Formats: sequence, structure tokens, C-alpha cells
Amino acid sequence: MKIIYTDVLIIGGGLAGLRVATGVKQRGHAAVILTLVPPKRSHSAAAQGGMQASLANSKMGEGDNEDVHFSDTIKGSDWGADQKVARMFVHTAPKAIRELAAWGVPWSRVKKGSRTAIINAQKVTITEKDEAHGLITARDFGGTKKWRTCYTSDGTGHSMLYAMDNKAHQDKVEIHERLEAMSLITDEGRCYGAVARNLMTGELVAYISKATTIATGGYGRIYSVSTNAIICQGTGQALALETGIATLGNMEAIQFHPTAIVPVGILTTEGCRGDGGLLLDKDGYRFMPDYEPDKKELASRDVVSRRMTEHIRKGKGVKSRYGDHLWLDITILGRAHIEKNLREVKEICENFLGIDPAVDWIPVRPTQHYSMGGIRTKYTGESQTLKGLYSCGEAACWDLHGFNRLGGNSVSETVVSGMLVAEYISDFCDSYDSSIHIHSSKIEIALKKEKDKLETLLTNKHGEDAYVLRRRMEEIMMDKVGIFRNGKDLQEAVDELEELYKRSKNIEVFRSKSRAANPALVNAYRTQKMLKIALTVALGALLRTESRGAHSREDFPERDDENWLNRTITSWPNEGQTMPSVSYEKIEIDTMELPPGFRGYGKDLTKHHPDTKVRQEKVDAITEKLQAEGANRFEIQHALMPYLKKLPKKYRGTNERLGENV
Amino acid sequence: MSEIVKGRILKINILRFDPNEPKILPHMETFEIEEAYGMTLYIVLNMIREHHDNSLMFDFVCRAGICGSCSMLVNGRPTLACRTLTSKLDENISLAPLPLFKLIKDLSIYTGEWMRYLNEHLETWIHDQEQELNVDKLEERMDPDLADEIYELDRCVECGCCVAGCGTIQMRPNFKGAVGLNKVARYHLDPRDKRTDEEYYELVGDDDGVFGCMTLLGCEDVCPKDLPLQSKIAYLRRMMIKTAIKN
Repeated sequence: MKIIYTDVLIIGGGLAGLRVATGVKQRGHAAVILTLVPPKRSHSAAAQGGMQASLANSKMGEGDNEDVHFSDTIKGSDWGADQKVARMFVHTAPKAIRELAAWGVPWSRVKKGSRTAIINAQKVTITEKDEAHGLITARDFGGTKKWRTCYTSDGTGHSMLYAMDNKAHQDKVEIHERLEAMSLITDEGRCYGAVARNLMTGELVAYISKATTIATGGYGRIYSVSTNAIICQGTGQALALETGIATLGNMEAIQFHPTAIVPVGILTTEGCRGDGGLLLDKDGYRFMPDYEPDKKELASRDVVSRRMTEHIRKGKGVKSRYGDHLWLDITILGRAHIEKNLREVKEICENFLGIDPAVDWIPVRPTQHYSMGGIRTKYTGESQTLKGLYSCGEAACWDLHGFNRLGGNSVSETVVSGMLVAEYISDFCDSYDSSIHIHSSKIEIALKKEKDKLETLLTNKHGEDAYVLRRRMEEIMMDKVGIFRNGKDLQEAVDELEELYKRSKNIEVFRSKSRAANPALVNAYRTQKMLKIALTVALGALLRTESRGAHSREDFPERDDENWLNRTITSWPNEGQTMPSVSYEKIEIDTMELPPGFRGYGKDLTKHHPDTKVRQEKVDAITEKLQAEGANRFEIQHALMPYLKKLPKKYRGTNERLGENV
Repeated sequence: MSEIVKGRILKINILRFDPNEPKILPHMETFEIEEAYGMTLYIVLNMIREHHDNSLMFDFVCRAGICGSCSMLVNGRPTLACRTLTSKLDENISLAPLPLFKLIKDLSIYTGEWMRYLNEHLETWIHDQEQELNVDKLEERMDPDLADEIYELDRCVECGCCVAGCGTIQMRPNFKGAVGLNKVARYHLDPRDKRTDEEYYELVGDDDGVFGCMTLLGCEDVCPKDLPLQSKIAYLRRMMIKTAIKN
């Protein structure tokens, strides 16, 4: 029995996991990262367009600050987000980007003087201030009032991930590559690490730790077409679920990105539209202004994806052998701009479509992109129900995004949550509370359980083919748990997924019997985990009889604050059950800084909660009174919803901006 | 989108070997796949695994040409498999793992270990002892064109194609390769990194560094990101010679 002891075990080596590791190292704790692939190959690298942080350096970002970023984020979430978490996030984002600047990210910078840009299909001249020259610049993204998305060309995630991994090298973080966590080790309501499998040799190892962090990203690959990397299979969420103790939040909240290329589903960044690109139909007609006259192509992602789908349903899509699609036109931006600021997009178009996006239109359609749901945690990143288990980044639901995430808020969340959660974990590890009390025989039992599961898969006779089950699951998710949802399809989805899940207990790995490097074995056990995750998504979607953010029910088109202003909580308390258990966590209106309102897209169909009016009046009264007394924006904010004390001390400072707090 | 009515039958010849089972010697194995429109080697290999041989090992992560995981020899030339369209190849396609890296199985190689050693050795991070970072303050300014220039070199995805395409490394196993030299050029260009020319000389001013390069430039030919490796190696060499003469 091989056991490795450490203070903090981190599962997942993307931006969030790496940032947690360097954070706890700086606080003097040992850290080990388990990762399926070298960290620099994580899906974080694929984030192209940028990272939101309200620096307000560029001309079009003038007047931006935490308040504006907060309000955009809450509206974007359709009031599903935890407002205190959102406040902590918008306050820390400028610090995160400045830290990364010091660690080597070559952020694109403001250049003083005039330049031509495309806004709403018109050429406009933007003149940048002299005093902003050389500071970090920003581009426009959907659902934001200001240009707030900071970037390095369209390789933002790549340059952040490289800087972050290099920092981890510098800090001598231990990284164990090609290791897959198979199960969490728990004892008496406490998480003590994980059983992991070496994907090269097949060896099983127990990692025992004071704190365990899951930072494995999203679960997009339960869908047949997703922009996600192929390793984003929801196995992190499944690890938590399979403890029977930890819970998942809002699993049905799935984002579809408007512009993935057809057919392969590779993303072209929102920066294409942010920089002035247009969506066109089969007649070359720009249709978005008809649906969303105000924000047009730059409405929130969920809105644009729905509008595109509606337009295709009207017969306005372009026919192709892979189904209907629309066009993304960035030719109007000009070759120079594309080759400098959208070069990944250009490479993708050349290599996968054989077209030149400076001349040709790009075939696109909405495609699964982001998982708002994840492991439900407190604002500290700790599971609400399993002590010692933490989660952050896309893997978690702490809950910054509610039912729809804004573009540029995800890479930002990875590093911000990593910074904060590293501090809370360190506090925990510093306390006596964190000491390890698990008998080695229990560790042995945990290891043996995993070994037996693998043996069963390899020696089963007349069992099921994992690929068949998995492909069917992916189809069901795509066809019945997609952009537009309805009760009938969702019921069918849940029923069939449950059937597939039952069958998955009898998977047999055919022919390929190696106990070492064996892709068929890997597919077998991951399929079992993915089916559980698919069930949490489908069941959550079936039960939620309203439309909120990206969760859009054709049979319940209104947002129903009276009955559904809550978070879906799923768990799997009994190994024998074939469906997850579901409960709900109320979202309190009477502590909100920004009470529920209308997002401003289409018709307002919201069924408002009676508390909303009461709270709004209270918020207005406090604001008016303090404004009359000459209070500043920080004082007013504090009176409405204090949050600063929740932040680690080192991150409580006021952010400097040009002309503010300098 | 142009249509192909009946696809070609592709003959995919793959070099197979599992170091965990050394008794089965390395051998070529051929799979036949019907070509479809827009097919890439990512699609081909997954079809083989799913329908012909589920033990076939290969590495894909982003499958979009971004992460650098899937480098392999395609008809003898190092490249990223995920973005290689079959339509650009003959119907006989040979696939082999990248040489020089540790083999995991079949087409899967352990680039992570190699790159980690390289990064640790070259200390590919910002060296700045003086400054205590205050994240509340305005960030340090950088010339916008310089930031773009640094990003240009920062685009390396550590796929290892340049290493596999390098003649020098066949003779000098400790040679840092274009991937390493490009990284040094990147940090040398970056004003945030306070290392001196002498310190860089210590890192790459020898035959395992910039003076080992024989300028065969296979690296530049095969780099999937079209990095300016030739000019950066030349630049680094001039800089190192200057430093050597000065001291």
C-alpha cells in the first residue's frame, strides 16, 4: 500500500488549482497537485478572449469600477448568484490581474492616441488618454456596461496558464502528472484526500491530506458537441457526489456559447463580436438588432444563443450536412486586426475549416460551453457538508455565476477563487481542527475498493459496452437537455439516463485487458461517473419549472422568483440509489444589494417575489440618505451589504485606478 | 461547404508498442477508415479506438490546436494531429510517436516530464528580487508594442515538435532545443525579468545551449505556431557572443 502524505491535495492543474497551490505554499503548507495532463495543457489554455477586471484604463472602460462589474455579473446571473461572493470577486479581480502582470503575463496594453475601431458595424475613432499609455487595456464583451475584458491578443488563457505554471515551478509545487483521482477518502464526515490511479502504470496510490481541493473544471463532455477539452468530463463533481456527503449546486445551469464552429464545435472567442463582428443568417442579413435592439450581438451569451436558435427555427439557418448554422462575419474588422488580436481564431479557421476569416464568413452555431453548476461550497470554497473538502474555479458552485456566466468572468474566477480559497485553506491547515485522524486500515479499505472496481470492469462477462452507453448519454443531453428545454423531453431524458446508469453498473472492458496504460478501462470508469453527472443535470432541469438565465423552459417561459429563487442542491447519499436526491437552498432577498429586477432582454416575464419590492425600497432609502450625507460609493455599498470582512486581510485594500484612490 | 459523396478508404499505419509489455516488439498495424468531410486525425484515431482497437493510446486534450498534447510523426514529420485534415494527406498515412521523449504507449509520449525539467533548469519565470508586490496599486506600465512582441514568443505550446525536428539534439541529448532557446529569448526581452546578460550566459552560453545549434532549422520548419525560431536563436547567439567578449 503506497500512501503519500501532504498538507493540501489539489486535484486539477489548471489555473484555479495552480493558484491554490502557490497560495498555500506561500503560507508555508506543502501542496501536491494531481493532474491528468501536464498543467500547461489544461483547458484553461483555451480561454481566448479575456479576463474581466474593472481596471478602467482604456477610453471605453472609463468610469468602470467594482460596482459596475458587480451589477453586470448579478444581472448576467439572472439573480441566481450569491451577491456576497460576487462582491468578493469583483473586488479581488483587479488584484489578480495585477499579480499576474507581475508574474509575467504580457497583457495587451493601452496605446495613447487615436485608432479606428468597429462598433455596431460603424467605423469609429477612439482616442486613448496619454496618462493611460502602457497600462492594461480591455475589449468589449457581451452583457457588460463597460469595456472590461483584459486580454493578450486572443491567447489570454494560454498566457495566464503559462505564467501561473511557471510560478508554480518557481515555488516548487509538487505536480504529479497523469494521475487520476478515483475516489475521495472520507471518515466521520471529514475528507482526508483521495485514491489516485497512475494512468501510465496503473498503480493505485492513496494521497492523505489535511485539505483536499477539487479544481477539475466543468462537465461539458456529457454533451456530444462541446467547446470543452475532452478531459472536461465532470469527474471532479462525480468524486464529490460519490462521497454521499458533499453536494452539488445548480447542475442544470449549462451555458451554450453562441459561436463555435460547425461541425467540430471549437470555440471562436466572444472577442470576435466584442471587437465588432456580426452574426448573419442565410441571406447575409444581420438579425440580432431585430431581437435585441439595444445590445444586439453583445447581449448576454444565453440570450444570443437562444436568439440564434429561434432564428434558425424560423428557417433562416444555412443548411449543411451537419445541420443548420449561421454566419459569424469578422471580415469588417480587417486583416491587420484579425492577424494581431484574433490570431487563434484565424488559425482555427485555416486549420479546421480551410477558410480565411479576413475574407470568408465563419459557420457557427451555439454549442455547450460552460458549467455554472458544480460542487456546492461556502464562500470559503469549503463544501457545505463535507469538512476538509474544498473546490474552486469552474468545478465549484460558490456561486458567482448563478444561471448564466458573463464572458470573461470565468478565467477571472479561476485565479480570484484560487487566491481566496488558498487563504481559507491555509487558515484551516493552521488550526488544530485540521489534524488528521484516520486509521490506516480505512485507507487500505478505500484502496481495495477501487482496486476491486477496476478488476470487476476488466473481468466482467457479457457486460455492457461503455462507448455505447456514453454516446447515447451524449445524444440525450444534446437533444433533450439543450438550449430550449421542455417537460416532456426532460422526463424522457431522465428516464433513459437512469436506465443507462443502471446498465453502466455492468460495464465490461472488452479485449483491452491491461492493468497499466489502458484507454478502454479509463473510458469505462469515467462513463459510470459521467452518467451520474448527466442525471443531476437532467433531473435538476426537469424539476425547475421556470426559465432563469441559461435554463430556458419552453413550457415555463417566465422567471419565477416567487417559487424558484433558489439553488438546486443534488447529492447521492446512498450508493444503491439510481437517481440523485434533490433539495433546494433559498436565495434570500432581504440581504441583497441588488434586489431582483429585469435583465433588459425581450419582454419582462418575471413573476416577482413580494420581498423584492420591500427590499428595493429599503435599498433606495439607504442609498438616498447616504448620498445626501455625502457618503462615497464604498460607504453606501457597505451599508447595503457588508462583505469586506469575509475577505482574507491581505486582499481587503482599496483598488487604485487612474483618477481614483491613487 | 464542398461535399464528398463517397469517402476514400484511408489506410492508417500506426507504430504500436507498450513498454509495460516489452515481449511484444514494436510493430506497425494498419487500420482502414472511410474518409468523411472535414475529417482530422483526431477523428480518425478516436474512430479506430472506438470501433477497431480500444487499447490504442494517444493524447488529445483541447483538440483545437491550442494545448500542444497531440504532437506525433505524421508521415515522418512532427506536427499536431488534431488539426491535421486527412484531405491534405495521401490515403496511406503513417503515424508514429515523437522520438526523443519517453514513450508511454503507442502514440502517447511523456512530454510533461521533459518540459518540466527544461523550465526548471532555465528558470522560465520572472526574476525580480527587489519588488514587494502591492496588488492594490496600478500595474507597472509596459510599452504596448513590447507587450505584443513578448506575447509573440509566449505563444509556444511546448508540443515538442521542434525537439523532434532538431538535428543537434540527436548528438547532444542535453541540448535545450528551440523550445528552450525561445523561452530564454522571451524572458530576455521582458523588462520585468531582471536577470543580467551574464546570468543568461550561464544558462545557455554553451554547447548544450545556443552554441550547440547547427542552424539546420528543422525546428522552424515544423513549429505549428510559426514562432520566429531562426531569428530568435540568431539574436540570442549574437547577444551571448557580445557578453562573452565583454567579459
